[in-house]
Amino acid sequence: MTKRYFFSIALALGLLFGSVAAQAEGPELPESGAGVRDQASLQRGAKLFFNYCVGCHSLKFMRYSRIASDLDLSEQDVMNNLNFTGAKFGEQVISHMPADQAAGYFGKAPPDLSLEVRARSSDWVYAYLNSFYLDSSRPVGWNNTVFPNASMPFPLWELQGVQTAQKKPGSDDIEKLELTHPGKLTPAQYQQAARDLTSFLEYVSEPAALQRQRYGIWVLLFLAGFTFLAYLLNKEYWKDVH
Amino acid sequence: MANVFNRMGDWVTDRAPGFLPFYRKHMTEYYAPKNFNLWYYFGVLALVVLINQIVTGIFLTMNYNDSAAGAFASVEYIMRDVEWGWLIRYMHSTGASLFFVVVFLHMFRGLLYGSYHKPRELVWLLGMLVFLVLMAEAFMGYVLPWGNMSFWGAKVIISLFGTIPVIGSTLVEWIMGDYLPADATLNRFFALHVIALPLVLLLLVVLHIFALHEVGSNNPDGIEIKKGPKGNRWDALKPADGIPFHPYYTVHDLVGVGFLLLVGAFIIFFAPTFGGWFLEHDNFIAANNLVTPAQIKPVWYFTPFYAIVRMIPSMFGTAVWGVLAMFGAIAVLFLLPWFDAGKVRSIRYRGTGYKVALALFVISFLGLAMIGTDLTDEIFPKIFGAKIDITLWDNVFGRLMTAIYFGYFVFLWFYTHLGWEKTKPVPERVTTHD
Repeated sequence: MTKRYFFSIALALGLLFGSVAAQAEGPELPESGAGVRDQASLQRGAKLFFNYCVGCHSLKFMRYSRIASDLDLSEQDVMNNLNFTGAKFGEQVISHMPADQAAGYFGKAPPDLSLEVRARSSDWVYAYLNSFYLDSSRPVGWNNTVFPNASMPFPLWELQGVQTAQKKPGSDDIEKLELTHPGKLTPAQYQQAARDLTSFLEYVSEPAALQRQRYGIWVLLFLAGFTFLAYLLNKEYWKDVH
Repeated sequence: MANVFNRMGDWVTDRAPGFLPFYRKHMTEYYAPKNFNLWYYFGVLALVVLINQIVTGIFLTMNYNDSAAGAFASVEYIMRDVEWGWLIRYMHSTGASLFFVVVFLHMFRGLLYGSYHKPRELVWLLGMLVFLVLMAEAFMGYVLPWGNMSFWGAKVIISLFGTIPVIGSTLVEWIMGDYLPADATLNRFFALHVIALPLVLLLLVVLHIFALHEVGSNNPDGIEIKKGPKGNRWDALKPADGIPFHPYYTVHDLVGVGFLLLVGAFIIFFAPTFGGWFLEHDNFIAANNLVTPAQIKPVWYFTPFYAIVRMIPSMFGTAVWGVLAMFGAIAVLFLLPWFDAGKVRSIRYRGTGYKVALALFVISFLGLAMIGTDLTDEIFPKIFGAKIDITLWDNVFGRLMTAIYFGYFVFLWFYTHLGWEKTKPVPERVTTHD
């Protein structure tokens, strides 16, 4: 009787939490497919970040040395190929662009991206990187459907090419973005590049993710064994209690 | 070896003769009913989470910086540069949410089996005080990472006190020590969170357990084992249906603790933000008094109470009514032993009216939580179509749920004080179900 109560309530709570967890991600965005487990993808993403993004965006909580050890790169790799800011190996990734001047250039200082994926979600970042289009009404000439009126120009345009917005007939609403000028990469290659960059930023948002997923399974196995032993011990103690 | 331990025990007993009787009273000679079921795990689980919060909290304070300028960065420092800091922080943040999960279930157990009835009113009152202090503790802890939701959550919650007529705005300034949540606010919340409230919490938990051990535990049959037949395997004068807490319930609880740790470890290692519910997206942005988050809502465990504030409209030129209703929702819980004059305790033998009322009470609590978390804003358009007026539906649904929440207590008073309840016969001895 009580077991039935308990299980029905547990089930109800489980369903509630399940629906809650499923709904928590906010507006519907396409799946980015990004993740921190593919090290090659993280390395490619790091290369993209340090070639295209670090000019304006810092990762003020992320150290070069940590990137090296987590992404299996040597100190030399990082210092020669990624670190263009002149920082020491153990220092954080700070962009050279002074914040006050940046605010003057763009209207708003480029945000630090250390926690961007945790604040927004990787799907958001991926969609954002895919949603720039030409807009002559904006100061920098670019606009974005995911983050309308973003003040950021689109540094990856030479990779993706140039998208323009197709409006719905008789309205200002954007129906879709069309690639009107191809870039160096095919659309599929560009999407992979955007995914790599998103994966790298996901890693930067939580470097510990690499460790926790590695250790987690062993902790769960240990606890399962512990719980099983506790169960047997309990059964032994209670076997003659009626 | 056993001899060495015995001699050590004798050595202590010679010098402090009261220790051994104390240990016996609370452990080996505390006779608990032998028919505890799954619901009886949550008390000890709350204790395990409390210990986790204290131990991980101590390690967090070693690297946390309680200044408005440094708090957010120091939390990221813990997450990235402190050895195992990420694990300690996730244990603390996951523990905070699990604390409320187990405490809500622990309290619901009390409702299921009438654990607050005479002579356990004091146990219930002390437990409610624990809950109240726990809410204050959790609120202040939530502010410490100094993310944007910490800031705006603090601002909104503290400004609830601003609705009090005459003294409201002065009171808000006094609480914050500034005109906005700022350095002074963070400093004092840190002090209260790590010293003042944990001390009060520990004291209340000890009193809660002592008060329980004076009267003895209730059980799923809601009968008093002390009034039943005497004599068990260990003692001829103790209740026949009682069993020594140690070792029987300590090994029993160990299984429950194992399950709790499994659930906790799964969240810590594989879903530490729990989809944005345990650690919210907006709290990964540093506090900024110029940028308001799209939605300001409290963490999930406050949402049923916060929803009540939103559901009560301003009247007579003041918005204090919603705040009064929110505190009232907790105050009525304190008074539950006096609302319910039922002749039997356990839901197994109570009237149908009680079962229906309790089910509705649970639904109202979950319904209010759905409003507080803004889930209804997503669910209602799916059910009733995209064109509905969400605010109107939220208000209709939320006020209905608020009415049911308070209605539970009113109903219970009439139902039991006027003798409308038809109870089932209660057995003389505990029944061993399952």
